[in-house]
Amino acid sequence: MSLRRPAKNQPETFEFSSSSMEEADKIVLKYPEGKQQSAVMALLYIAQKQNDNWIPLAAMKYIAKFLDMPYIKVYEVATFYTMYNLSPVGKYFVQVCTTTPCMIRGANKLVEACKEKISDKENELSNDKSCSWMEVECLGACVNAPMMQINDNYYEDLDKEKTIEIFDKILKGEDPKPGSYRGRLNTEPENNRKTLMDIKNA
Amino acid sequence: MLKDQDRIFKNLYNDMGADVKSAQTRGDWVNTSELIAKGRDWIINEVKDSQLRGRGGAGFPTGLKWSFAPKEVGSRPHYLVINADESEPGTCKDRDILRFEPHKLIEGCLIASYAVQAHVCYIYIRGEYFIEGQKLQSAIDEAYEKNLIGKNAAGTGWDLDIYIHYGAGAYICGEETALLESIEGKKGQPRLKPPFPALIGLYGCPTIINNVETIAVVPTILRRGGKWFSSLGREKNTGTKIFCISGNVNNPCNVEEEMNIPLKELIEDHAGGVIGGWDNLQAVIPGGSSMPLIPKEKCETLTMDFDSLMAEKSGLGTAGIVVINKDQDIIKCMARIARFYKHESCGQCTPCREGSGWMWRMLERMAKGEATKDEVDMLGDVTNQIAGHTICAFGEGSSWPVQGLLRHFKKEIEERNNLDPIVQKKNNIPYLVDQHLLDKKNA
Repeated sequence: MSLRRPAKNQPETFEFSSSSMEEADKIVLKYPEGKQQSAVMALLYIAQKQNDNWIPLAAMKYIAKFLDMPYIKVYEVATFYTMYNLSPVGKYFVQVCTTTPCMIRGANKLVEACKEKISDKENELSNDKSCSWMEVECLGACVNAPMMQINDNYYEDLDKEKTIEIFDKILKGEDPKPGSYRGRLNTEPENNRKTLMDIKNA
Repeated sequence: MLKDQDRIFKNLYNDMGADVKSAQTRGDWVNTSELIAKGRDWIINEVKDSQLRGRGGAGFPTGLKWSFAPKEVGSRPHYLVINADESEPGTCKDRDILRFEPHKLIEGCLIASYAVQAHVCYIYIRGEYFIEGQKLQSAIDEAYEKNLIGKNAAGTGWDLDIYIHYGAGAYICGEETALLESIEGKKGQPRLKPPFPALIGLYGCPTIINNVETIAVVPTILRRGGKWFSSLGREKNTGTKIFCISGNVNNPCNVEEEMNIPLKELIEDHAGGVIGGWDNLQAVIPGGSSMPLIPKEKCETLTMDFDSLMAEKSGLGTAGIVVINKDQDIIKCMARIARFYKHESCGQCTPCREGSGWMWRMLERMAKGEATKDEVDMLGDVTNQIAGHTICAFGEGSSWPVQGLLRHFKKEIEERNNLDPIVQKKNNIPYLVDQHLLDKKNA
């Protein structure tokens, strides 16, 4: 199990903005009547997005009221799932996959790059407060290993130099292009494709 | 090698685009209403004839699973749930289906929903696949626009709504009952079975849960016939399968191939061979991290299907092949997998919650050569205490890779770890329980 604790400094109140409210109302409709609790995961995402990528306790209380469910049940969900950030993270939130398939292709070099460019320790903001990084478990892009996720995007087929290039860009406030950094097409075998050749050449 | 015309996922690498128009040129949505007009029994029988087995890991026959849904809809509605919570290390096949072949999945959802009499289908996508989820959502929107789903979907007279539910980074939610708990807005902790979800599932209603790949191949099976599908591969292990080949190979890739294909062919032909040559191969994890590894000697002749891997005391799982060459420290690799399970254990059953941490810590020490001789057997004992003593199969899944390591690489561990179990002063190893006694004068 992973250990997860809410941040020490918590804002007093939290409320959905009007756009968040609209989104939340739509999501509740996805589920049968009386089963609005199902929407809790999606609503936590909305709160996280609205609140600079982390969820304060006030937001959990707010969502509990919104969905008419006990606060502890929302707290349980927010602390169980690892993608809900319970304390502030950088505007650029870097997650490096270090599980075995990435590890044996050199994920530790990516971690080195994070330490050099962002911060010495995981979950610590960079000097300009824009960036933080952490090691995560398998992100499900194993044939494009080693890889990392920055906010919603996947950056694949990396090595240390390319990772540093990406970090230089985000530290300047630019958005680097997601996808493979060896220029291959998605998950095809690089320079060795033997299948679906007619379609490739079509 | 499988002929291109027998490949189901022609857009696996996105050569053609994933929108509904290009999907239709590949044959999706062409005669869906005709297929459905043939009736529920025909669909289920055709899937049974194809001998399609679930692609999510357990390999349960899909036609049989569908036939478990109650024949008549009672007071409780039926649900179809698609498991797109692909989190098994080494596996990334569903991601390509979600982003490049979403219409195969959506059409499959319609057919499967009709077969099990569900009007609502939830697709549970892991939270990290946000971009993939967006692509699927735009495909769903397209399908609604063209009236391929919704009221009277694709002119079949069947109403179907499809919703996406995002997970939030919990591996355990790939377990079907944990996934249901998660959709219900709770912690993803597995339920006891029975009752099975086919009778009491989502919101207590009959629910059929299938993997993305399983559902996405169904329309093609119905179009080309169950006989065609079962002519590929071998008895009970039929059809095609997307293999993900990662790790120490020259060209890691996803590729759709026939079941029962030799492992060596997959690695040498499609993935460009092992880095450093075939002789540099150390071991292969054949089906995602929870399947026990297979040493090089057996890889020569191994064929990739459910039953032949079972005979090697491993399994096909999700067909995520992780190739490990001799440049890697095999104990360290397995220690990292054990750390994965320690991190992802949901914490419900004690054997898995505690045992996964024990296995990780012991393996970390063994990788450094800091364990004693008798701990090797103790590690085996811990794995046996986990396997078979947990609510869900994922708990056992955490112990299988360690058991595989002990089965094939015990000698390596023992060579590295030959400390005497009786604590002696010269070995200053702070982990050892009694070490502190030595620091006291009168101990």
